[in-house]
Amino acid sequence: MKIYNAKKEITCDRKIVVDDMILTTDMPTTAGSKMLDGYVSLFEAEVLTRAGNAGYGVIGKTSVGEFAIDLVGETAQDGALIEDGILKSATAEAIKSGDAICAITLDVNGSVRRSVAQNSLVSVKPTYGTVSRYGTIPVACSGETVSVVAKTATACRELLDVIAGHDDKDGTSLPETEIAKVSETKPVRRIALLTDMTKGVDEETSARLDAFSKKLTALGVEVVSVENSIIPVSRVAWNILMSAELCNNVSRYDGVKYGYRAQNFTNIDELYTNSRTEAFGELLKTAIIFGSETLSTENYMKVYDKALRVRRVIVEEFARLFADYDAVLTPACSMMAYPESVRADKYISYKENFYTAPASITGLPAVVAEGAQLIGKAFSENALLDLVALCEKEGK
Amino acid sequence: MKYETVIGLEVHVELATNSKIFCSCSAHSYGAQPNEHVCPACCGMPGMLPVVNKRVVDYGIKAGLMLGCDINRTTTFDKKSYYYPDLPAAYQTTQWFAPVAVNGLVEIETSKGKKGIRIKQIHMEEDAGKLVHDIREDTTHVDFNRTSVPLIEIVSQPDLSSAEEVEAYLERLKTLLRYARVAECEMAHGTMRCDVNLSVRPVGSNKLGVRTEMKNMNSIEAIKRAIEYETARHIDAVENGTEVLVQETRRWDDIKGKSYAMRTKETAGDYRYFPDPNVMPVVIDEAWFESMKNSLPEFPEVKRARYMQEYGLSEYDAEQLTKSIALCECFEGASAVCGSPKDATNWILSEIMNLLNLRQMTYDMLTVNGKSLGELILLVSNGKVGRANAKKVLSAMFDNPELSPEKYAEENGLIISNDTGLIDKVVKEIVASDPKSVADYKGGKEKALMALFGRCMKTLKGNCDPQVLRKILIDYIAKV
Ligand SMILES: [Zn+2]
Repeated sequence: MKIYNAKKEITCDRKIVVDDMILTTDMPTTAGSKMLDGYVSLFEAEVLTRAGNAGYGVIGKTSVGEFAIDLVGETAQDGALIEDGILKSATAEAIKSGDAICAITLDVNGSVRRSVAQNSLVSVKPTYGTVSRYGTIPVACSGETVSVVAKTATACRELLDVIAGHDDKDGTSLPETEIAKVSETKPVRRIALLTDMTKGVDEETSARLDAFSKKLTALGVEVVSVENSIIPVSRVAWNILMSAELCNNVSRYDGVKYGYRAQNFTNIDELYTNSRTEAFGELLKTAIIFGSETLSTENYMKVYDKALRVRRVIVEEFARLFADYDAVLTPACSMMAYPESVRADKYISYKENFYTAPASITGLPAVVAEGAQLIGKAFSENALLDLVALCEKEGK
Repeated sequence: MKYETVIGLEVHVELATNSKIFCSCSAHSYGAQPNEHVCPACCGMPGMLPVVNKRVVDYGIKAGLMLGCDINRTTTFDKKSYYYPDLPAAYQTTQWFAPVAVNGLVEIETSKGKKGIRIKQIHMEEDAGKLVHDIREDTTHVDFNRTSVPLIEIVSQPDLSSAEEVEAYLERLKTLLRYARVAECEMAHGTMRCDVNLSVRPVGSNKLGVRTEMKNMNSIEAIKRAIEYETARHIDAVENGTEVLVQETRRWDDIKGKSYAMRTKETAGDYRYFPDPNVMPVVIDEAWFESMKNSLPEFPEVKRARYMQEYGLSEYDAEQLTKSIALCECFEGASAVCGSPKDATNWILSEIMNLLNLRQMTYDMLTVNGKSLGELILLVSNGKVGRANAKKVLSAMFDNPELSPEKYAEENGLIISNDTGLIDKVVKEIVASDPKSVADYKGGKEKALMALFGRCMKTLKGNCDPQVLRKILIDYIAKV
């Protein structure tokens, strides 16, 4: 089962799906993990309350990989979704099929953006702090963002407008005055194509990037190839921060209070160890051990703290780029389809997030469309979506 | 060889806020049913985000200022990870990198005189829950009422050298924090707990000995006994080689009067501290800092001296009043309104103390406000309310701190009547009803007059000037 259906039938025409990282009270939320099999939250995510108030109806939930850190959902406890030897994403399938007009997802490690790029859909990962994370399964809190997926930029924009806004229940939620900047952004006129970020992409991905770039140029947008060796460092720092935060956040799943509990144990230490050993998958265990190591007294300064400093350097580097450009253009993934065989590399998502880590680590808005990714200045998500909407119009 | 004991304390104090540090659950867990004050946030369920209770930071700043600390104008919260069933999220949010207050100084006084104890830092953090072991069923239950209740941990430098100093230090912390109204500091209620770090060294040596830590001590008497025991054990080890001292955490068994090493598993561990990405750094701006500073009371000894000098109180009275900031506030408010510090003192030290005792309230629980007490004192001194009735008004003021004494007295017929017609009528009735007492009085028995007087007063519900009543009564009896 890759999609759980809502108990009550949704009759409105604004049907949406939400991924399994977003807490719902009428359906389980499992974060793709055996650890939370059947877990039903006592409260729902703020974004769902807002979407519901605006007339959107949730028809069901789409499966995610375990705690949403994998490629496109292949580590989900209910198995990978594979079609003709290609890894598929449940969320992208729900939108492509037309069952839902939009999806609300949690972008933890870029899996949303990768599947959107591969399926020629549109997604927006808004500026960090503009959409409440209240009621989302916490993994890498310093960078994860609620995102919207749809077939068109306009559909993304409509739902984003509804769910964005200050929320007192989220301490990192920006004040309304800051969030208002989203509607004041200037149109995107100059874009830097980061050549160092196109390394390792296959021909098809490269061709999509070129095509998109040409389309933008045709619209009068200046696209300039720019070399930059700092932004590509994002991946390494992000993997440290994400794993450390994940390790801490999933510590709460210990078999004591809720979720999976091992059958066999003779004391509390065995209860912890056996429950976690049996319930967590391999990628998650790797992330936990790696994250735990980065935070040890021995490694904290030379690994974790250094990653925090690298994050600041990257933020500054983007600021420097944005003095001359309105946005940067990069791929969102290295190939336009993941053959099943990529799973042979167990840690593929720790490498493939090379393309998504820059926006994750900085909290900058990122729009994926036409198989490519635009990363903009803080609060420029609407301008990015406007540009994509213009491309869509030209395409027709 | 002579040895000295070197002691540093880590004191956990529960802050007296109404709600918990990161959620809106009640923070008053004492006496509550298990898991009565819990929500998905303080139970560690996924999806809830911490929102800092500003009042907690207020109290953290106040505590820091009372203990002579510098306040970190940007203070941050960090996560401390460990597994224990009473810690639902498997991490405690605390302050590791930038605690709210640092570098303080607390002055104590013992039989050896005055001494300054340096404070290393004060940090804010959330409490953990409580495990309840059921021996009959061989099960353990978890109570999360206390999880996320705000605490401050006050870390001293190793400046203490005896049980007497430790007691004086703890008493001083209690007094100052209660004065700032940030904490109850009642060891019996668990609102003050103490970890004792102790080592010994030859007198005159600068080198610290091997340090052991005793955790979660919860009575001053137990702490004193533990310090004496540990000091003797350390000296014995150093002097006679009875054992090799190791840096470790020990458990104090107050019944057996001994300390025991805890399993290393319980103490060893890397807490993997890191900044909590869900809690933004708290920036204490000038306005906030100043308002906290201005809200602080004088130290008790400063108040005491001022009460004697400015209000002319005796040393004893000043001492009694300054035992609690609530008494001080009531006294200062009442004096300002009634203009008589002496009356205010008398009312507080007699009537208010009586009522507090009667109601089994601590001084700090007094809610009667000084302004109202002052108004009541004026009603009495202006002859508008009799003293006995004034006590009734005061009792009502305990029930409702907002109450206006004059309005209450009026509404409940407690105002002294100047209506001599009414007094005449009552006197006439009473005298007519008791010819025996009248005869006795006329026969020279003064006591008989008191009986008549009392009955008149009772009928008049105390609302008349005793002098007036007495005169009318005597005059009337003389006539009949
Ligand atoms: Zn709570």
